[in-house]
This record gives sequence, C-alpha cells and structure tokens, in this order.
Amino acid sequence: MITAKNITKIYKTGVIETHALRNVSFAVEEGEFVAIMGPSGSGKSTLMHIIGVLDNPTSGEYFLDGKNISKLSEKDLADIRKDKIGFVFQSFNLLPRATVLRNVMLPLVYANVDKEERRKIAEKALLDVGLSEDHWLHRSNEISGGQMQRVAIARALVNNPSLILADEPTGNLDTQTGEMVMKTFQQLNIKEKHTIVLITHDQNVANHAKRIIEIRDGVIQKDQKNKKQIIIK
Amino acid sequence: MIFSDLLEEAFSALTVNKVRSGLTILGIVIGIGSVIAMVAIGQGAQDSIQDSIKSIGSNLIMVRPGFQRGSGGVRSGRGSAQTLTQKDADSIAKEIPLAQSVAPEISRSYQVTAKSKNTNTRTIGTVALYSKIRNIEMETGSFISDQNVRSLSRVAVIGPTTALDLFGEGSNPIGNKIRINRIDFTIIGVTKAKGESGFGSSDDIIYLPISTAQRFLANDDYVSMISIQTENQEEMTMLQEQITELLLRRHNIGDPTLADFSVVNQADIVETASSIAKTFTILLASIAGISLIVGGIGIMNMMLTTVTERTREIGLRKAIGAQKRDISTQFLMESVILTFFGGLIGIILGAGISFAVEKLANISTNISLSSVFLAFCVSAVIGIVFGYYPAKRAAGFNPIEALRYE
Ligand SMILES: Nc1ncnc2c1ncn2[C@@H]1O[C@H](COP(=O)(O)OP(=O)(O)OP(=O)(O)O)[C@@H](O)[C@H]1O
Ligand SMILES: [Mg+2]
Repeated sequence: MITAKNITKIYKTGVIETHALRNVSFAVEEGEFVAIMGPSGSGKSTLMHIIGVLDNPTSGEYFLDGKNISKLSEKDLADIRKDKIGFVFQSFNLLPRATVLRNVMLPLVYANVDKEERRKIAEKALLDVGLSEDHWLHRSNEISGGQMQRVAIARALVNNPSLILADEPTGNLDTQTGEMVMKTFQQLNIKEKHTIVLITHDQNVANHAKRIIEIRDGVIQKDQKNKKQIIIK
Repeated sequence: MIFSDLLEEAFSALTVNKVRSGLTILGIVIGIGSVIAMVAIGQGAQDSIQDSIKSIGSNLIMVRPGFQRGSGGVRSGRGSAQTLTQKDADSIAKEIPLAQSVAPEISRSYQVTAKSKNTNTRTIGTVALYSKIRNIEMETGSFISDQNVRSLSRVAVIGPTTALDLFGEGSNPIGNKIRINRIDFTIIGVTKAKGESGFGSSDDIIYLPISTAQRFLANDDYVSMISIQTENQEEMTMLQEQITELLLRRHNIGDPTLADFSVVNQADIVETASSIAKTFTILLASIAGISLIVGGIGIMNMMLTTVTERTREIGLRKAIGAQKRDISTQFLMESVILTFFGGLIGIILGAGISFAVEKLANISTNISLSSVFLAFCVSAVIGIVFGYYPAKRAAGFNPIEALRYE
C-alpha cells in the first residue's frame, strides 16, 4: 500500500538546514498495523505528513497504492485525503468555533454525504472513541485535551479510510481511555482490514501493533515484527 | 460541497466577528444607498424638467426672430430683433395646413399700476388660441377672445401672482382697471397658477389682445414669438420644415444658415433638457459609485484579514479533503453574503433618503425598478470581484504550512 524510497526532508529556515528525514525507505502492506517510535524531534511527524500526502519530500519517491504522489495533481491529492486517509494530528487541529459534532462531520461535508447520514456516522464514531453525548454540542475549544484528542480520532474515522494515520493518538489520554482507543484501532485493523500507522512514545501502546519501526535523527534504526502483540478483546 | 453547507459555514464564520462584519456591510450599505438615492434624485429632476416643459403646451413649435443659426458673426439677442411680423404669423396660418393653431405674441415688460399699487410685469399681447396652445386655464373670468382682438378691446387677463401683487389676497380683480403706459385696461380674467415652467413665471403676467398691444403699446406690428401647434407628434418635423421654408421665402433669404428667425421644436427642447438632466444624474451616480468602490475595498480588506486569521482552519480543511474550489467558494460565499445584505439594506436606505428628500426638501425623486435591480447586481458583482482575490489566496495554501501557521 505504501512504498517510500529514499525519502529525505530538509527544512530550511534562513541559513539553517534541518535534516528531518535522511534516506528513509520502507513499505507498508495493506492490512498492516505499524507503530512508529522514536525520541522527540526524530522526524516522526514529518514522515507521517509525507505518508498522508500533506507534505512533499525534498527528495525521494513516495508511492501510495502504486501511484507516484509527486506526479499527482492537487485535485487528485485532495481526493486521496478525502477518500483514503484518516489523519489524527498531534495537535488535534479542531475547528474551535464549531461544535464537536460539526468537527467530526466536516470530512463528510467535503465527501458530499447527505446531512442525516453524516450525523449518524459521526455519532457512531464519537461513541467508538468513548465520547459521551453530553459533549457533542460543546464547541471544540470548550472540552478537555483528552476529549479533543478523541474528537480528532473520531474525525479521522468517519470517512471510513483505508489508511489511518495517527500521530500520538493516546498522548493525552489516561490508560483506560487509551485502551479504548487502541481497541477501536485494533478492531478496524482486524475486522475491517484497515491499514494503520501510528506514532507513539509509549512502548505499551506500540505493543498493540503488528510491527514496530524505530526512528532516530531521521534515520530508521529498527523495523521488525512485534512478536508480543497485545490483542484487546 | 452543497449549497446549504456553504451557507452554513459562511454564516457561522461571519457571526464570529459581528462588529467587523457589520462595519464591512455598512460600507456597502452607504455605497448602494447613495447610488440609489442619487439616481432617484437625478431621475426625479429629469422627470420634473420634462413635465414642466410639457406644461407649456404639447406638440409645439416656436418661431422667434433674429437668431441666425450657424453664422459665426455677432448675433442679436433672441426676441429682441424685429424680423417677425403679424403678417408672417397670418401667412403661416393661411398657407400651411398642418399649422392648426397659430398664436403670435408680443411680449414686453411694463410698469403696471392699479389704484395705489404698482408692479413691473411682463405683458403678452396675443390671440385667443394662445390659451389652447399653451394650456392656460382660467381661475375666474375668461381669456382674451377673438372678438377682443378684432375690436382692439382694452381688456387684460392677469396671472395669479400679478393679481395678488396688485389687488391683494382674496379680492376679485375682475372688472377692475389696470393702467399700462397711461392706458387703462379692464380685467376680464385671472389664470390658474401654473408654477415655474423654466421659462420665467407664467403666473406673474398680463395677457392683452395682440392688436391692442400693437396699436397702443408697441406702435408697430412686429411680434416676439409665434407659437404653432399641430395635432400629431409625427407631423412636427414636417411642419417645422414647412414653416422655415415659408419664412425664408417671405424674408427673401436664400441661404437657410442666414435665417433671421429660428424655428424651435418643443421636442428638441425636451431632449436637450433631458440630456442635461441625464448628465447630472450620471454625475451624481458616479460620485456615489466611488463610495461603492470604497465599500468594495472594505470587503476585500476584511476578507484578506479573515483569510490570514483562518490560515490554520484552511489548512485543516484541505488536510481532510477539501478541494481548492471548496475553499475558494466558501470565502467567496462569505463576501457575497456581506454584499448581498449590504445591498439589501442599502436599497432600503436609499429609498429612505429619497423619500426624506422628497418630503423635506420638496424635490421630486423617482426610484426606478431598474436602478434597484442594477444596485443589487452591482453589489453581488462587488462581492465576487473583491472577494475573488482573498478567496483565491486562501485556496492556494499548502495544507501543512497552513496548519503550522501561528
Ligand atoms: N516546519 C519546520 N521548519 C523547520 N524545522 C522543522 C519543521 N518541522 C519540523 N522541523 C524539524 O524537523 C525535525 C523533526 O521534526 P518532527 O516534528 O518530525 O519531530 P517528531 O519526531 O514528530 O517529534 P515529537 O515526538 O516531539 O513530535 C525537528 O528537528 C524539527 O525541529
Ligand atoms: Mg511529532
């Protein structure tokens, strides 16, 4: 599903160049559940943005479903983001003036899903991430960090994406809610064959994945199968 | 993105900062309002000018002496030259069948006295037909009759202002005598008030039989003007030509550019006056139009600010699959909604202003449906034109850079 070849990302701020990724190559098959681990500043988010076709690598090639992303038009990229990818941002990126429900429904607005259907899908996604109904009509800047995180996850799930990319999805959650979110991911992976890539600092969270990639200073250090995968029932 | 979603998004964005949206709308309100009001005032002026020209009579041709068209030389003041005579008028009436009513007149100002009061007033010596041609209606008594003209009667018909000046309010001047140039005239009628016609007051005036005026006041048979009326509008041009031809022949003038008289068609006067009023309307409208453009710039300014403020929101929308077009239409929608409401309120304001002007300043105004429609379209176009650039800019953002924007 994903093929990255020699991806390098260099950020230039004035005269300073930051090599966020150096010659990163890897592939993710359909139906995999990959955890990416690494210290802060190692380039995880940068990699995730490139995988999610939100950003372009400085050099190297990235193929998604066999298509070379750098050759696609802006319209095609928007369609990929809309139909294939569900992205959970590290900083949530919710629309502050909109309600929780509206935030979760937003991807469906762009996917031209009709209004009643939208609401049903969004409500289901919110329940899946364990956010109770009392919060749905709050504005998204009137809820706690953990709740925001779950809204962001619910929003990534509504368009039923074949590839779910989550940047620290459990970073702000207590163990119990974290478990609940991981369970949702695992079920999507096992039952519905969605491909999932998530970033985490937490070894326990990483242990829910089938495969763990470790990254340091923009270079992949380790990439191996997780033999001790925890499966939540 | 479906239309109702666009509306919803736009409204929720615009209501976040109500004061700013309100002020931006105000710019458009003032622009559209002043355009509507100015056009209404200009149109009203145009209408009232046309009305007042028409009030001096319809299908009218006026022949005046001594106006040499086209000759570059010195030209004597209109009406002061003595080139038209009673006989010219008579021959027009006799020889041109199209000239259905012909009324020569001699006009001159005199000091007029009645009992103790006196006033300086224009007198017009004319014939009975004059009242028909010039739409003169009587308040009391009757107008000069053919009999009066034939018998050189020393009678006079006065205008309401003259009546007021000489006899005071509420008195009946009929039967009283006025003295002009040491000759007494008996008043036989008072005309109805007509108001200003744009050609001097027709209310402060004294009508006399033309024959009497020629014999006792002027001592010659020159006339100051000949008014000719015809039934049909279509015959006006032909009549005008025939009169010119006849008079050129009578005055032995070969070259029409050297004519010692001028033949003016009333339609021409209406046209000239209307075109002046139209220019005036356009002038007013363009001044108001400038404020509309300023309002449009206000829209653009606000939209550019909004786009910058909402950079992260734009990044997010793009990240979850919004197309460029979705983003640009959303922002365009916002600016069009602003101008739509601005236009709507502006039309109401403009109507209010023209109403107030009509009531308070007593200037007639006319709000035409077309100007309202035009204002509406213009405001929508302003929304699109001035919203386009900010919307285009928003749509061009790179999602991840936009998301990182602080
Ligand atoms: N927009 C940017 N401009 C300049 N440098 C950047 C930019 N974004 C990231 N970097 C740099 O690239 C490197 C990798 O950043 P990245 O955000 O990918 O780290 P990360 O692994 O996600 O860290 P964390 O675990 O703290 O989220 C860092 O050194 C960072 O300073
Ligand atoms: Mg990160």
